[in-house]
Amino acid sequence: MTKTFPTGGIHPQKYKLASDIAITDAGLPEYVSIPVKQHIGAPAKIIVSRGDKVKVGTLLAAADGIVSAPVHSSVSGEIVRIDRQEDSSGYYEDMITIKVEGDEYIREIDTSGKLIKNIPDNPEEIMQSIRNAGIVGLGGAGYPTPIKTTVPEGRKAEYLIVNGIECEPFLCADDRLMQEKAEEIIIGAKIINKLLGIQKAIIAIDENKPQAIEIMTRLTKSYVGVNVRTCESKYPQGSEKQLITAITGREVPIAKRPIDIGCIVQNVGTVFAVYEAVMKKKPLFERIITVSGDAAEKSANFRVRIGTPADFLINKIGGLTENTAEVIFGGPFMGTSVANLQAPVTKLTSGILLLSGKIAAKEPETACIRCGKCVDACPQGLMPFEIARRARNNDFSQLMQLHARDCIECGSCAYICPARIPLLDYCKISKAEAKKILKKQ
Amino acid sequence: MLKISSAPHISSPVNTRSLMKGVIIALMPAVLASLLIFGFDALKVLLTSVAACVACEYLICRYLLKTAPTTGDYSAVITGILLGFNLPSSIPLWMILIGAFVAVGIAKMAYGGIGKNLFNPALVGRVFLFISFPQQMTTWPLPHPGKFFAADAQTGATTLGILKHLDSESLSNTLTKYSYQIDNIPNYLDMFLGNTGGSLGEVSALALILGLFYMLYKKIITWHIPFYYLSTVFILTSIMWFYKETPELDPIAHMLSGGLLLGAIFMATDYVTSPMTVKGKTIFAIGCGILTVVIRIFSAYPEGVSFAILIMNAFVPLIDRWCIPRVYGTGRK
Repeated sequence: MTKTFPTGGIHPQKYKLASDIAITDAGLPEYVSIPVKQHIGAPAKIIVSRGDKVKVGTLLAAADGIVSAPVHSSVSGEIVRIDRQEDSSGYYEDMITIKVEGDEYIREIDTSGKLIKNIPDNPEEIMQSIRNAGIVGLGGAGYPTPIKTTVPEGRKAEYLIVNGIECEPFLCADDRLMQEKAEEIIIGAKIINKLLGIQKAIIAIDENKPQAIEIMTRLTKSYVGVNVRTCESKYPQGSEKQLITAITGREVPIAKRPIDIGCIVQNVGTVFAVYEAVMKKKPLFERIITVSGDAAEKSANFRVRIGTPADFLINKIGGLTENTAEVIFGGPFMGTSVANLQAPVTKLTSGILLLSGKIAAKEPETACIRCGKCVDACPQGLMPFEIARRARNNDFSQLMQLHARDCIECGSCAYICPARIPLLDYCKISKAEAKKILKKQ
Repeated sequence: MLKISSAPHISSPVNTRSLMKGVIIALMPAVLASLLIFGFDALKVLLTSVAACVACEYLICRYLLKTAPTTGDYSAVITGILLGFNLPSSIPLWMILIGAFVAVGIAKMAYGGIGKNLFNPALVGRVFLFISFPQQMTTWPLPHPGKFFAADAQTGATTLGILKHLDSESLSNTLTKYSYQIDNIPNYLDMFLGNTGGSLGEVSALALILGLFYMLYKKIITWHIPFYYLSTVFILTSIMWFYKETPELDPIAHMLSGGLLLGAIFMATDYVTSPMTVKGKTIFAIGCGILTVVIRIFSAYPEGVSFAILIMNAFVPLIDRWCIPRVYGTGRK
């Protein structure tokens, strides 16, 4: 029985061009630029200076407080710049630029391919390893993992859900990781189990990944408490709230966290990073990225060092083709379009997509025909057309009644709208206004 | 030069124009049926109606509102076809022009164009003509299938008209030419195929049902409005029939006669003038069903679909206010 969330959702074309392409190493660029803020919370504090020699895994910036994460060097070489540089969304952020020389790792990292199964007994030790490795939610939210895996006082963890649902079109990084590093992910889940003090983990995979489901189902047989659940291929099945509802039937109450109903969701990439941090002492300095798109000459799944410029990767798949209209960091639904192709890959970059004008076309907006498709599509049960209608007139009086702040920004409404109304933009504006109102209260 | 845009960077292949095209394709079986049944006259009525509706919207956009014409979305074409469908094939063409002006000019454009109108434009046009020209609007040429250019020499009554007349006749006791026709109520097969008197588009149940399945398959409409509308009519007329209130017409004949299928499939499902949520659609459709039966059986008019839908159109804003979806995380009922 495949599981899914009951309200809303859409079935866009999947374009999983890279699902059968094995992960390869992207190689080393000449320079990497590593932002000090690649997570939700305070930027990391820089502890190196220009001219310093660093190795792969050297700490560049330390976590500044609890809601923060350290940043490590992804290459060996010399620090040539520490200043504000333009990131993928066009903002200027503090970055550390390193000129690559050789590829020397710090000694602590275990670079052998050996699978390690014996999980440390001490949860405190595990937590320290995760914290030191700078692990954040790799699904895109970038919430520091140590906070998410700490069960607050008075709460009890019941479900650990490993999110293997990659519902954005084109992206295959998680799919490939599950196919190639299945056992590491299962051990990673057991490590997080230990932190949470529970025995069970559910690996959720959507049904358009038959190989990943097959491999995971086979391997989980020898691990007590870890099970695979197949979910319907539906967008946004990979959203935390919608996944919890699909698996457990529970809903995260408004303004509460998943842990309040006993759930913890971790992306497969994050779980793999936890395995590497705890078992291999490897900080988070590389990740898997799908480079694809309908305008791309070919598709690839790369293991990429954090800070690698986008154009280095785009050139690896044949460069910017003539019919590339838009370059996206992330998926086509929730990603951002990028103008600066030197922008570096961060911990949160799940893909780089070259979209043609055919997909990325924004048709002119026409009048709402009240078809109700946005209402049917919204996984949160909102009325995007009504939120948009009011936001357009700067009428923010009904924001609370319309639950604008409960928008998860999945973009299903704007995707489905036949009148091409930018519903998500209006919902985002309204959400920001709602937050302002809440702050005042 | 790379494009920069806000998320999402992908959109559904379905837009307003393609939805409207889909509805037009769904209307085609009924258009063909009307041509087969009523011949050349049907073609004249439909072409006049579509041309008048499109021209009306174009001219109003262009010269009155001075905006880019919205005729490219094909919604005026649908209004034109539906208006034509609601007319008898013998109607003088100039009356269609008036109907088209009322439908598009008043019921649609005066409200602000597509998406803003409260009432179904085609139905407003139809009811306007019905009230203004009752004679011409209730003269129903008999079908002459196969003879495309044959003039509509013979006229007859619709199934519902025959029955309504029987009612009043027993009261007034006047002799009419319909009095013999109680035996002439068409059989189910004729009603299903469309071999019966009536408006252009309403006579062939088969063609309309084909259109319904096409729209459901293409996900242009959901099943809720047609299902609840038709079920309500079926259940209520069954009760009436069972208690001998309407011995002449059984529930199946009710389903197949008049504009019920046309209304339930193409008129009540109009996006603009029907509620947005499933719950709202259900209430709306049941309301349409109840009103249709009430008007058919208790009023002076033989047919109640147009009035039923128009009355329920007026309740749509209210229904939409009642039927808001349950927001995620607010607790289940």
